[in-house]
Amino acid sequence: MIGFLIQRLLQAIAVVFVMSLIVFVGVYAIGNPIDVLIDPAADQALREALIRQYGFDQPLPVQYLTFLGNMLTGDFGQSFVYRLPVLDLILSRLPATLELALSAMVIATVLGIPLGIWAGYKPDAVSSKLIMGLSVLGFSVPTFWVGLLLIMLFAIELGWLPSGGRGPTQEILGVDVSIFSWEGLSHLALPAFNLALFKLGLLIRLARAGMIEVMSSDFVRFARAQGLPERQVVGLHVLKNISIPIVTVFGLEFGSTLAFAVVTETIFTWPGMGKLIIDSIMVLDRPVMVAYLILVVVLFVTINLVVDLVYGQLDPRIRTKGAA
Amino acid sequence: MSDVVLSVQGLATAFATRAGSFKAVDGVSFDVRRGEVVGLVGESGSGKSVTGYSILGLIEPPGQIVGGRVLLEGEDLLALSPDKLRRMRGARVAMVFQDPMMTLNPVLKIGTQMAAAVRAHDRVSKAQALARARDALGTVGIPSPEERLDAYPHQLSGGMRQRVAIATALLHSPSVIIADEPTTALDVSIQGQILAEVRRLADETGTAFVWITHDLAVVSSLADEVCVMYAGRIVERGPAEAVIASPRHPYTQGLLASVPSLHEPGERLPQVPGSAPPPMERPEGCAFRPRCPRATDACLVDPVIQTYDGERRAALCHHPIEPDAAWNTSSTSTASRSAS
Ligand SMILES: Nc1ncnc2c1ncn2[C@@H]1O[C@H](COP(=O)(O)OP(=O)(O)O)[C@@H](O)[C@H]1O
Ligand code: SF4
Ligand SMILES: [Mg+2]
Repeated sequence: MIGFLIQRLLQAIAVVFVMSLIVFVGVYAIGNPIDVLIDPAADQALREALIRQYGFDQPLPVQYLTFLGNMLTGDFGQSFVYRLPVLDLILSRLPATLELALSAMVIATVLGIPLGIWAGYKPDAVSSKLIMGLSVLGFSVPTFWVGLLLIMLFAIELGWLPSGGRGPTQEILGVDVSIFSWEGLSHLALPAFNLALFKLGLLIRLARAGMIEVMSSDFVRFARAQGLPERQVVGLHVLKNISIPIVTVFGLEFGSTLAFAVVTETIFTWPGMGKLIIDSIMVLDRPVMVAYLILVVVLFVTINLVVDLVYGQLDPRIRTKGAA
Repeated sequence: MSDVVLSVQGLATAFATRAGSFKAVDGVSFDVRRGEVVGLVGESGSGKSVTGYSILGLIEPPGQIVGGRVLLEGEDLLALSPDKLRRMRGARVAMVFQDPMMTLNPVLKIGTQMAAAVRAHDRVSKAQALARARDALGTVGIPSPEERLDAYPHQLSGGMRQRVAIATALLHSPSVIIADEPTTALDVSIQGQILAEVRRLADETGTAFVWITHDLAVVSSLADEVCVMYAGRIVERGPAEAVIASPRHPYTQGLLASVPSLHEPGERLPQVPGSAPPPMERPEGCAFRPRCPRATDACLVDPVIQTYDGERRAALCHHPIEPDAAWNTSSTSTASRSAS
């Protein structure tokens, strides 16, 4: 187990390193940030002074090594636009996004898995057909469009919920959260549901497919032959088996929700990372883009690692392989 | 015959498929006595598994039991409510399947699975359930059963897994265990050990077995009685020794001719020519007719079951093979284990 962990950690570090190179070179290739940073009317001398100050006159490998060295000390540079350390800037937006993404995942899981299990248990029932219809909708209707519909219906027509922004926050363990007040929840409801819809569709399908597969397996038949009540057949024999693919997708979806909640954050003017990165791309705020992308890589690598560990907990066959 | 524990009478199970409906099991009848091993033999697709599932009420749509009775100690299982039937399954009639890789849940410990099976019928603590599971593992000859409770299925060999499955089936000392080709996936020496174990269990505990197999050699070494199935029907039944020594039905004879261990080494093995018809394409009259060396025009009419030897044997054939002169059929009753 320890060996497995060390091996996976080394892999993770290698991935982050390679990705940092790709991201840096990739971002380097687009545009010249000086044109964005500086008043077009500025004279040549000022231009060159600034270029030197930011190190843009250095060759690419030197720039990368400087960046890498700084990164290892936790310094991702300063935002050209906000004039703040990039890491602080991004981390200040993280709680809002985390809150939104987690809420969306909770909604999707709490609704999606039981619905999917039911749809897989009774595939021919009318209720199951309705559930599958819902999942197709969640899959295929564009998020932004649903978002706009939600705003029109619940914010404008009915006036039940606010149309955007984040509610008041409290500090819990040093992190700003908004879910502990009605007002905060009312702001969170629409964007969280909007963001949950796609995942809901996905989890319903996964749970249903897993259910259908496992229910027809020999060990379920054997469990029934032993006279286990259906509740036990599903609860004991089926759930753990179908949770394996669900955990994978859950992890990946959680990562991508955190990283790419952009559309929902924009529609609902949610002050999270997604909005920050869109703004930064607009103005070519290079340090923010690079740091953000690297953060995303770290995030995915971490989630993958956690998923692998959870896997080992769920599936004893993997555990022994990892230990060998 | 008060010692009959399971009596299957006219069992019929149909499947509704897109191409139409057919009877995978069509009027199957046989009796199983206490402590007896009944071999249910036939080629793949003859309806052996469906017979087994039907007895336990494990047939799922598009399948449906369309006729007959399954009397377990006099009580008709097919007439029970789903919940009453569930209480019988595992407790009074149990089943073991072919593939030992798949019949145990790969993500649960052996102990967890067996304890759940104990507690499906008895209100006992988890510890008591585990103790019973451990005892059952010991009964089927598994070494250090305590440790096996903590193992996952993939940590055991195929033979061990099948023993675990049999131990699970034994947990509630059922009257009958239906075993659906349980040793087919195992190698011959392991198979031999398990067969010996089953024979011992049947003799010592009085548990009866319906041993489903396509391998007549298994039947000859294990079973007291044999039922030969073809195209959803039992075409011949009788004491295993008698049937193997002197088959009455042409299909049984064909099957016997193709069993290596019942022949001299080096002898060329004839196969039954042709193959079993798909259920939708069964011919009129006797289903075996296209493959039968004895077929005549009379066989265009469905044969009816005929009994011989004072009802100890039966065959479904217009032209049954005459008993082998060398085999004195009247001596079979004393040779048969069930009579002892
Ligand atoms: N779930 C099912 N749906 C449709 N046909 C089935 C199903 N199960 C079994 N059958 C058919 O019933 C017949 C008997 O099958 P089975 O009892 O499994 O044969 P075997 O003697 O090999 O165990 C076969 O023709 C098989 O195709
Ligand atoms: S009834 Fe006719 S075709 Fe069928 S097995 Fe007997 S002899 Fe052969
Ligand atoms: Mg079968």
